[in-house]
Amino acid sequence: MNPMWIDTLFFYFFALLVLGGGVATITCKSAVHSAISLIVSMVGVAGLFLLQHAEFLFAVQIVLYIGGVMVLFLFVIMLVNLDESMQMRQFNRQWLLAVAAVIAAGVQAVWLLSKPADLPAAVPQVPGGPGNVQRVADVLFSQYLLPFEIASVLLLAAVIGSVVMAKKRL
Amino acid sequence: MPTSVAEEYFPVVLQVLVAMAIAGGMIAASALLGHRVRNPVKDQPYECGIQPEGSPRERFSVKFYLVAMIFILLDIETVFLYPWAVVYRELRLFAFFEMLVFVVLILSGFFYIWKKGALAWSMEEKPREKQ
Amino acid sequence: MPANFVPPSGVEYIRVLPEIILAAVATLIMVLEPLTPAPRKRALGYLALAGFAGALAGAAAAGWRTGPAFSGMLEVDGFATFFRLLVILAGLLVTLVSFPYLRREEAESGEYYALLLYSVAGQTIMVSAADLIVLFIGLEISSIASYVLAGYMRREKLANEAAAKYFLLGSFATAFLLYGIALIYGATGTTRLNGIAQVLSDPRMAPAGILTGTAVALMLVGFAFKISAAPFQVWAPDVYQGAPSPVAAFLAAGPKAAAFAVLLRVFMTAFAPLTGRWLAIMWSLSLLTMIVGNFAALLQTNIKRLLAYSSIAHAGYVLVAVTAHSEEGVQAAMFYLTVYVFMNIGAFAVVAYFSRKGERYVEIEDLAGLGVRQPVLAALFAVILLSLIGVPPTAGFLGKFYIFQAAVKADLLWLTVLGLLNSAVAAYYYLRLIVIMYMKEPGDSLLELPGMAVSTRAALWTSAAAVVVLGLFPALIR
Repeated sequence: MNPMWIDTLFFYFFALLVLGGGVATITCKSAVHSAISLIVSMVGVAGLFLLQHAEFLFAVQIVLYIGGVMVLFLFVIMLVNLDESMQMRQFNRQWLLAVAAVIAAGVQAVWLLSKPADLPAAVPQVPGGPGNVQRVADVLFSQYLLPFEIASVLLLAAVIGSVVMAKKRL
Repeated sequence: MPTSVAEEYFPVVLQVLVAMAIAGGMIAASALLGHRVRNPVKDQPYECGIQPEGSPRERFSVKFYLVAMIFILLDIETVFLYPWAVVYRELRLFAFFEMLVFVVLILSGFFYIWKKGALAWSMEEKPREKQ
Repeated sequence: MPANFVPPSGVEYIRVLPEIILAAVATLIMVLEPLTPAPRKRALGYLALAGFAGALAGAAAAGWRTGPAFSGMLEVDGFATFFRLLVILAGLLVTLVSFPYLRREEAESGEYYALLLYSVAGQTIMVSAADLIVLFIGLEISSIASYVLAGYMRREKLANEAAAKYFLLGSFATAFLLYGIALIYGATGTTRLNGIAQVLSDPRMAPAGILTGTAVALMLVGFAFKISAAPFQVWAPDVYQGAPSPVAAFLAAGPKAAAFAVLLRVFMTAFAPLTGRWLAIMWSLSLLTMIVGNFAALLQTNIKRLLAYSSIAHAGYVLVAVTAHSEEGVQAAMFYLTVYVFMNIGAFAVVAYFSRKGERYVEIEDLAGLGVRQPVLAALFAVILLSLIGVPPTAGFLGKFYIFQAAVKADLLWLTVLGLLNSAVAAYYYLRLIVIMYMKEPGDSLLELPGMAVSTRAALWTSAAAVVVLGLFPALIR
């Protein structure tokens, strides 16, 4: 049995999760269902990362997006009045435009994929070499030391921002 | 040497499959074997707990949002600690000071939100000391 | 650890001195904020002022030791030092304007100053970035702090609208930029600006045109939003109107100058091999921006909105210099941006002072009779307005002169002609302000106008003096 065949199968499985979850996110009437569909979609993305041997991104996707960002989403959903939004008609008057955009993006993707020689080759996975997390860490803490440190400044600005915006009294 | 991702992650795949089989099996088994009793007491969210108050769709204070927001920011910091731990041995003191700067900055942010009372979980905001 | 990695040397830390000072002072203010009782919050403002002054010295010190820093993530050269000094100076002047404003609005807090410092730190990082990742993080620091500053007056409806609009559209633009960066990384395999230029100029390695073209277009959209170039300018009037006046001054000065610096650096170095592709887009962008800014400004009755549209129009002039695509064009853009930062902060300083508590007086008609009641203030404002028009001998005139000179040398005759026509249109709405100030009878509301605080006065005098001095001695910064 050719093992690559199973990889392809998994790819389509995760891709289906991503797309199906995405479609459900925008079509579900209930905001909570939408949020859960989004989680499904994000799990699919995590799976795709794994298939690409991007284990670190996989972990980040689970910890940050599924664990963190979704919590925020659910809090926001609790902030808005759900009963009212359930009764409101969903505005989808832009669907023609959306279909056109989807078709354009699809054509673009097919066109780009039809000439793969133009893209630089992916860095080959060295069998038995250091794992993905280690390779990320190696460059992150040496070459990319500055972006790493200023990321903390970005977080601080965001911390102050969230307090200024959401706190009743400063 | 594994030649495909699926082979490399075979144990994980197996575990996921077993977990799904157990969960599915339990649902199926309880659907087949169990017998259903429907009455108002059974339909309560907690059959023998505290009675829920008000509508579950009641709006939450924006304070909860603030806590969620801060949680994410600290979550991001944690994510950076994973790869750091992996290479700490190699980079030694240099990595230590790198992370020290990062953590000190983040912790000063934590100090700020704490002192600001953004984490106070009571319904009343803590009154500020008289000036 | 990669074998070729060398831990940064001492001189590399000096090259990031302004960033270290800004971030450290901002963090210090943040930590002290909850420990400071309300009446003493102003001390945090003085600390911020000291931080900016220290950062100015730091930027100058870094400017003496040019070179790359942190594995080539930053490139501290003359260009970077110039813009570092400019954005830090903008932060300093805005802090001066903010003191009396925040006291008047009873909204003094450490958060305001901390955010201001963080934002400027982000801008200094942006302007010295030699790598798209650093550039992006710097831009985000600057932007996130700016979003919050725009909505700082949380009780005001307009401020809320401004912050929400700025944040939503701004994140959208950031997403465009990030997508462009991702594509260019996918196509060239590097995020280094000179690395990208190397790959793009090598015919054997050059990736598909459609891929790089899309990437350039997406990044241009992101930058065009930040510099409020038409058709990505719709946010600017609402945000400038809703934001507190000192913040509006800041938004039109610091982030804008930094975004222009980044635009110049990215398009003149990394995308230089693709010049033929983006020059026509830049051409139409600059023309459209000038036209939209100037003609929409004609219709405004609110001073803040008028200044917002004027800032859009000025972005159009600077884009002419970018379109010239020459060493001279870059010089002209640098000179113009410097002059613009002073003119803009001066004008908004007047608005911040004049509007009174709650910003009640921001209509053009409210200026009536200011020339009689406050002759010195009105004269300074008039100097700044004349410079905005581009009347000699102010620096505004020289700025426009250098830009159009560069454009003519680059054979952009049509753009030059249309640009000059545009500045003639602009004269109308700036002159209208002067006419109302001097020719109209003063209203009763002017009687309750309190004296101008010393710090606003300092900022206004500095701006007006800079406009005049640079007009007479342009060699000072050229």
